[in-house]
Amino acid sequence: MVTVQNITKQYGKTEALKNVSFSTGVGEIFGIIGPDGAGKTTLFRILTTLLLPDSGTAIVNGLDVVKDYKQIRNNVGYMPGRFSLYQDLTVEENLNFFAAVFNTTVKENYYLIKGIYKQIEPFKKRKAGALSGGMKQKLALSCALVHKPEVLFLDEPTTGVDPVSRKEFWEMLKDLKKQGITILVSTPYMDEAALCDHIALIQLGRIMSINTPQQIVAEYRNKLYATKSESNYRLLKQLKLRSDVASCYISGEYLHVVFKNNTAPFIENVEIHNIQPTIEDCFIQLMGVNNVDR
Amino acid sequence: MLTDKIIVAENLTKKFGDFTAVDNVSFTVNRGEIFGFLGANGAGKTTAMRMLCGLSKPTSGKGWVAGFDIWKQSEKVKKNIGYMSQKFSLYKDLKVWENIRLFAGIYGMKDKEIAVKADEMLNRLEFINERNTLVKQLPLGWKQKLAFSIAIFHEPQIVFLDEPTGGVDPTTRRQFWELIYHASGQGITVFVTTHYMDEAEYCNRVSIMVDGRIDALDTPAKLKQQFGVLNMDEVFQQLARHAKRSG
Amino acid sequence: MNQFLSFVKKEFRHIFRDKRTMLILLGMPIAQIILFGFAITTEVQNIRVAVLDSSKDISTQRIIDRIDASKYFNIAQTIHNYDEVDKVFQCGDADLVIVFEERFNENLIHTGKAQIQLIADATDPNTATTEINYITSIINSVQLELMGTNFVPIQIIPEIRMLYNPQMKSAYNFVPGVMGLILMLVCSMMTSISIVREKEMGTMEILLVSPMRPIYIVLSKVMPYFLLSCVNLTTILLLSVFVLGVPVAGSLFWLILVSFVFIVVSLSLGMLISTLAVNQVAAMLMSGMVLMMPVLLLSGMIFPIENMPQILQWLSNIIPARWYISAIRKLMIEGTAITFVLKELAILLFMAFFFITVSLKKFKIRLQ
Repeated sequence: MVTVQNITKQYGKTEALKNVSFSTGVGEIFGIIGPDGAGKTTLFRILTTLLLPDSGTAIVNGLDVVKDYKQIRNNVGYMPGRFSLYQDLTVEENLNFFAAVFNTTVKENYYLIKGIYKQIEPFKKRKAGALSGGMKQKLALSCALVHKPEVLFLDEPTTGVDPVSRKEFWEMLKDLKKQGITILVSTPYMDEAALCDHIALIQLGRIMSINTPQQIVAEYRNKLYATKSESNYRLLKQLKLRSDVASCYISGEYLHVVFKNNTAPFIENVEIHNIQPTIEDCFIQLMGVNNVDR
Repeated sequence: MLTDKIIVAENLTKKFGDFTAVDNVSFTVNRGEIFGFLGANGAGKTTAMRMLCGLSKPTSGKGWVAGFDIWKQSEKVKKNIGYMSQKFSLYKDLKVWENIRLFAGIYGMKDKEIAVKADEMLNRLEFINERNTLVKQLPLGWKQKLAFSIAIFHEPQIVFLDEPTGGVDPTTRRQFWELIYHASGQGITVFVTTHYMDEAEYCNRVSIMVDGRIDALDTPAKLKQQFGVLNMDEVFQQLARHAKRSG
Repeated sequence: MNQFLSFVKKEFRHIFRDKRTMLILLGMPIAQIILFGFAITTEVQNIRVAVLDSSKDISTQRIIDRIDASKYFNIAQTIHNYDEVDKVFQCGDADLVIVFEERFNENLIHTGKAQIQLIADATDPNTATTEINYITSIINSVQLELMGTNFVPIQIIPEIRMLYNPQMKSAYNFVPGVMGLILMLVCSMMTSISIVREKEMGTMEILLVSPMRPIYIVLSKVMPYFLLSCVNLTTILLLSVFVLGVPVAGSLFWLILVSFVFIVVSLSLGMLISTLAVNQVAAMLMSGMVLMMPVLLLSGMIFPIENMPQILQWLSNIIPARWYISAIRKLMIEGTAITFVLKELAILLFMAFFFITVSLKKFKIRLQ
């Protein structure tokens, strides 16, 4: 559905994307996962024909993002990172406007947005600017869907959104996937990775790994151990001083530790057990391997 | 003077017209603790935090921060706190060193003192070579670490952090929390909001706001026990799911 | 078409929902016209008059006495030399100088004609006109009295000289200036700000990733401001005719047509600015610095172009408002035929063509 080959983009001296390549299947949720400044937005802008890559090619729905930008603009949906709707127009007016811009009507594709729009319909006379964060997000998604796109690009739709609204949002994406829409979504939240079919971990413009979330976890190179104590911070400092500790960091109520010989030594009064790594652990490891500090 | 209770809120309420953003909220924060202030979007976190920082007057209720009345002594409150948010923290078109001098100067520190402490701080952060770099050229994670260090540069009794780690990579996010631990170890009380539920675990105590009220307040361990779940995310989900104000 | 109409409708909603901007847009022309209207009816009093009487006879004395007796004028000083005229004005000792020719009375009696020169400081043209009118009427009344005693038809011929502002721009002449200024402001500034706002809000990203052609995006952004400008044009014309009593001396049809051309020039300038500015503040500053200041200072609205240093005169040539104001002055105030305005019209048409081409070329179908 979306095929990216060796895309590179520079802004002055900074390389926003370096040789990025991946491809997505039809009707899947593909997650681009990485922190701010990793190049996610630049990538989305290139794929939505808003930016030209310095080199490399990208094909969306069989169309080239540079040559066939006009056709691509007809059948992709795009939700930019910031809330990009008209704050002084009402919910209804925004939706009708975007429907008209895409040469369609709300009625025509209502079935597609119904599940999402129903939740904000009671407020349809309210100005978009007066909506709460979660509702704004639902409206923005409805607007991006109103013309029944084949590919949906969602740039950090859940950034700054509380965990409950985030969960709801991912439920909506699952429903959309059932409708056969291919979804490319970027997020800085590592815990959302598990909800994607495939993910690309991206950092400083480089893709560190592409695979299914399960496979990425399976490829974790070391044995990961968890431990905790009354004061994790004290324990953390203590462990960092040990020569047999490769890396050690806080993670939730635990400390995650990797030992140099992949076996946990006996440490007095400290209980250590082996655990499954999370995507976040994988990301941290990959960051270490790629030795990217900035 | 209230010595171990560095923040005391008694029935704090803030109304905007007929909308009650913060509804009769009471809680205390102990000196030196890391206090997590969680809540869904629109639950009233920011409004509550503004009242405590002396930026807005409550509609009713009382509050003391660092021993000062937020009604009558808001200037003194401001002198004794540090503040950092994700949105605004530093001037991007000023150099690292200029930002330090500016904010330290605002809090009335002497030039000599600033110079000594700044070098010490930059060394600790391993930023000493970036002294004369424009802030906008720093990566986000560095910026946030720097912003935090500047927020506590004047050694406030308490520092308010509003979603300080949003969008920061996992490694830097952890380094950031190590800074928080370090500050806490030096006796600075940390009052922090976040959307990362693993970060809730790093706090000594956590409060969860729903619809303008605090519905839960305890240590992460006790909260998990109370709700019979394994992690803070589930605690949050259970509480916030029933919120009437849509998030 | 539906795309386009929905877009225009949306644009009007933006405008109507922003009450403050609405008030400024529609209220500004009214306020400006009324302000200038008051400027016209300024009352003058205690005008200081300097006299250069080379004749010193009964007639001149009579006139001087009469002027001094009037509540409007005071004879402030007597000068003895024509060269002193300038000095008197420059030191600010007098507002008006009266010069009697030599052998005034003799000439009056023998030839029936005598000359008075009235020299006024016209840096403030309105006041100068009023002063001259008052003093001429005093001279006329004296003339009638003299005729009454002598039964000879005599004539005192006042020769009026306006110093420092020779063409005597009256407040009437401000009307074309106000028209130029307001149309420029509404069209350029508002259009550029409203386009740039979409960029700033991020909505431009969505619009660009839609099948809507960029040219339609721009056209539909421009449309509402075109209509608003027409409303403003009507308001100004109605106010100037019915409140200020400035008639439209020439052809209304051509007046409106030339205005349309100017509106198009301004709109395309606004588009051009919007392609250059990154945010609303930049758009505002650009239109302020690039458009407002030159329109105020160099278009001839306030300072006559003829009196400017050569380099500024050249510079004024590239300011659209200069040509528009000049055309409207001719069409509206002087009442000349369109044939005398062809040069201005041609220049404006060329500018419209130029700016539209450049801004369409510059309009980005992508970000950056």
